Amino acid sequence: MSLLAIKNLTLGIGRTPILRDIDLEVDEGEILGIIGESGSGKSMTALSILRLLPHAAELGGSIRFEDMEIVGRSEAEMCSLRGNEIGMIFQEPMTALNPVKTIGDQVAETVMIHSGKSRAEARVIARETLNRVGLPEEQFPLGRYPHELSGGQRQRVVIAMAIALRPRLLIADEPTTALDVTTQAQILDLLKKLVNEDGMALIFITHDLAVVADLADRIAIMQQGEVVEQGETLSVFETMHHPYTKALFSASQHVPERKVHGVDLDRSHAVVRVNGMVRDYRLPRKSLFAAPGQFRAVNNVSFTIRRGENVGLVGESGCGKSTLTRALLALERMQGGHVEVDGVVLAEDAANSRDIRRKMQVVFQDPYGSFNPRHKVERLVAEPFHLLDDAPQGADRRHAIEAALEEVGLLASDAHKFIHEFSGGQRQRIAIARALIIKPSLIILDEAVSALDVSIRAQILDLLTDLSDRLGISFLFISHDLSVVRSITDRVMVMQRGEIIEEGETESVFANPQHPYTQKLVAASPSVEHVLAARRQRQAT
Amino acid sequence: MTSFLFGRIVSMAISLLVASIIIFAILEILPGDPAQFMLGVNAQPDTLQALRTQLGLDQPVILRYFSWMAGMLHGDFGISYTYRSPVTELVLQRVAVSAPLALYALTLTILVAFPAGIIAAARRNSATDLTVMGATQIGVAVPNFWFAIILMWVFAVTLHWFSAGGFAGWNKGFFEGIKSLTLPAIALALPQASILARVMRSSLLDTLGEDYIRTARAKGLSQNKTLWRHAVRNALIPVLTIVGLQFSFLLAGAIIIENVFYLPGLGRLIFQGITQRDLITVKSVVMLLVFAVIFVNFLVEVAYVLIDPRLRHQR
Repeated sequence: MSLLAIKNLTLGIGRTPILRDIDLEVDEGEILGIIGESGSGKSMTALSILRLLPHAAELGGSIRFEDMEIVGRSEAEMCSLRGNEIGMIFQEPMTALNPVKTIGDQVAETVMIHSGKSRAEARVIARETLNRVGLPEEQFPLGRYPHELSGGQRQRVVIAMAIALRPRLLIADEPTTALDVTTQAQILDLLKKLVNEDGMALIFITHDLAVVADLADRIAIMQQGEVVEQGETLSVFETMHHPYTKALFSASQHVPERKVHGVDLDRSHAVVRVNGMVRDYRLPRKSLFAAPGQFRAVNNVSFTIRRGENVGLVGESGCGKSTLTRALLALERMQGGHVEVDGVVLAEDAANSRDIRRKMQVVFQDPYGSFNPRHKVERLVAEPFHLLDDAPQGADRRHAIEAALEEVGLLASDAHKFIHEFSGGQRQRIAIARALIIKPSLIILDEAVSALDVSIRAQILDLLTDLSDRLGISFLFISHDLSVVRSITDRVMVMQRGEIIEEGETESVFANPQHPYTQKLVAASPSVEHVLAARRQRQAT
Repeated sequence: MTSFLFGRIVSMAISLLVASIIIFAILEILPGDPAQFMLGVNAQPDTLQALRTQLGLDQPVILRYFSWMAGMLHGDFGISYTYRSPVTELVLQRVAVSAPLALYALTLTILVAFPAGIIAAARRNSATDLTVMGATQIGVAVPNFWFAIILMWVFAVTLHWFSAGGFAGWNKGFFEGIKSLTLPAIALALPQASILARVMRSSLLDTLGEDYIRTARAKGLSQNKTLWRHAVRNALIPVLTIVGLQFSFLLAGAIIIENVFYLPGLGRLIFQGITQRDLITVKSVVMLLVFAVIFVNFLVEVAYVLIDPRLRHQR
């Protein structure tokens, strides 16, 4: 008998059905990967197991944990199960810990709730557990507060809280999505180690096929509240019975096709030339009279982007890529170097920043937060017109808005709608239309596809490639996701600690990275095919 | 922490200095000669001049500012123009009523608002929540002088539990003093408690939506324990800000209630001072209130730092 057996599980919130006839099983020591896009019900399945659902939720069917039925159990009994027999870790380590309690107390709390041990005894166990998850006492005493730790370290604390009592089942809901690739690799290794040592079962929820392909013994693919396919990992990837599995797989592998002979361009023309850019930040004063410290976020960075060229900028969080973007857009002043856009040099005091900004536009990561919800699409898209001295009026303005919307695959009539009427992918199209409308020379895409599901992401990448082919726009594509950068850019720059440590043709940098840091990055973010090939080899031997 | 405290104290001193200059300057600009006011319209010019010399009103502005400041640092606030007695004495008598009244009202405010806000948030959208929210809506809307009159009518006139007004004085014992402040404190506390309960509720609801609350639930804590152990302390920061503002208001803003209950408090002193051009009293009382407000805000900031470890390193 399996450790956990879910049968005909249904879940509705109000009258909306969320989950339909879910059947899943996990055995001790087994890793089950659940894959799906946003809204597929994968998180709700996990929360159903712990019964941490919204108030109006109604569960049907059966969830058996060993010989205990979870559906219909009392809340008190569920409390004694959570954290004790079943642990759970979540996506966002930055907010998953209570900011006003020390990490020691937070881990010890799990122990105290269930074992009735004293605080002192619980803290001994907390110490051991923190050591186990790779937070040794010398650097991470129990008295540390969450804000003193990085994202990866905080996720280790969350893991320690979940495994302190050595639960039989651990549920991990996108535990590495918010982390950098190298940190992700470390956390995945840690989870694997814990499963091996404790023999616990792990349910690993993710949207990232490469991660599950490497980690999971079996996988289940969910779509719109149903499990459409499940089985042993390799065989699911090999057979791909369900059309959705195929679609998901191909979307994650998607490489937009470039038409090299699109428009006739002077491809040697430099759109942007950055020379020796330096950006320093003032640190807060240590004491009232001490001089404030300095932090150099961008250190002597130089690069050129040519017309029609797609350039990638990769690096982990804190490497300075966002700072570089802001300085490039003349949103922040540089402390050294100069920026030249289409032959216009950005003045020292940013006095001519309007001239510079009309040649550059930006698309940000969050398609939900980057629009004013009270404005209609028409007004949102036309916003950059204020950068022009002779902005089109009346019918011209309307035509320009409609043309920009059609350019990104939306309808002219969408101009009269509000932003909440659009999905995440559509919003990102609107953001691109907003950038396109004043025909800039360069569009900066700051993690512009990171928040999108793979199938939507594939469409947006196609759109971007098409725009660059047809209109000869250059893109600066900033991302922490190496596979996306690899699929869409011509040239790539790798940034670490404020410096560009390697740059070159995208394919050659990825195939043959020179700098040790680039090598580490590339190794930490393998493609699905790579992982599957390695797995097959392991199985054969 | 020491450097934080030191920095705060320095900035507090600077605020006080700036406030003293502003208060002094504004009262200089205001029309009306205190000497003229004291002697009436028909005063002889030489009598007027003699009084002005006696009060020091003929000295240069800068000198008067410094002598006022120097006096205050010694606890000497000057002689009231109308009462002809030291302002320090007057103020101390009034503070002995106003400060306990403000503290009393604040205590009631917190004792009512915290539980009400917490219960309402814990049982969101339940009948309890609706009742609490309805009651606080009324509490905010009712003018407190009207509520004071109702209280007086019910508890003093009809039930004879309390006296209808006046202050018994602390020399009659602590209990008598407190008793005569009870109705005014309740009248003062009602709108404040209503506001604070609403702030507490919404702050707690925000906190309950945080990720770490879900983490705590996943550890096996019940809903109630999660609320007490993880939510309340995090919800306190915005609540404390409001408490700080409310204390200042309760100390200085009780003029109407003091008048309704006929209490000899700071509010009435300053009110009389203004109507009688007793500028030295007004200046001193306003300065004292500024000090109280700044000091309370200092305490609130120290409390922030004690509650939230993230602030300890930023400062």
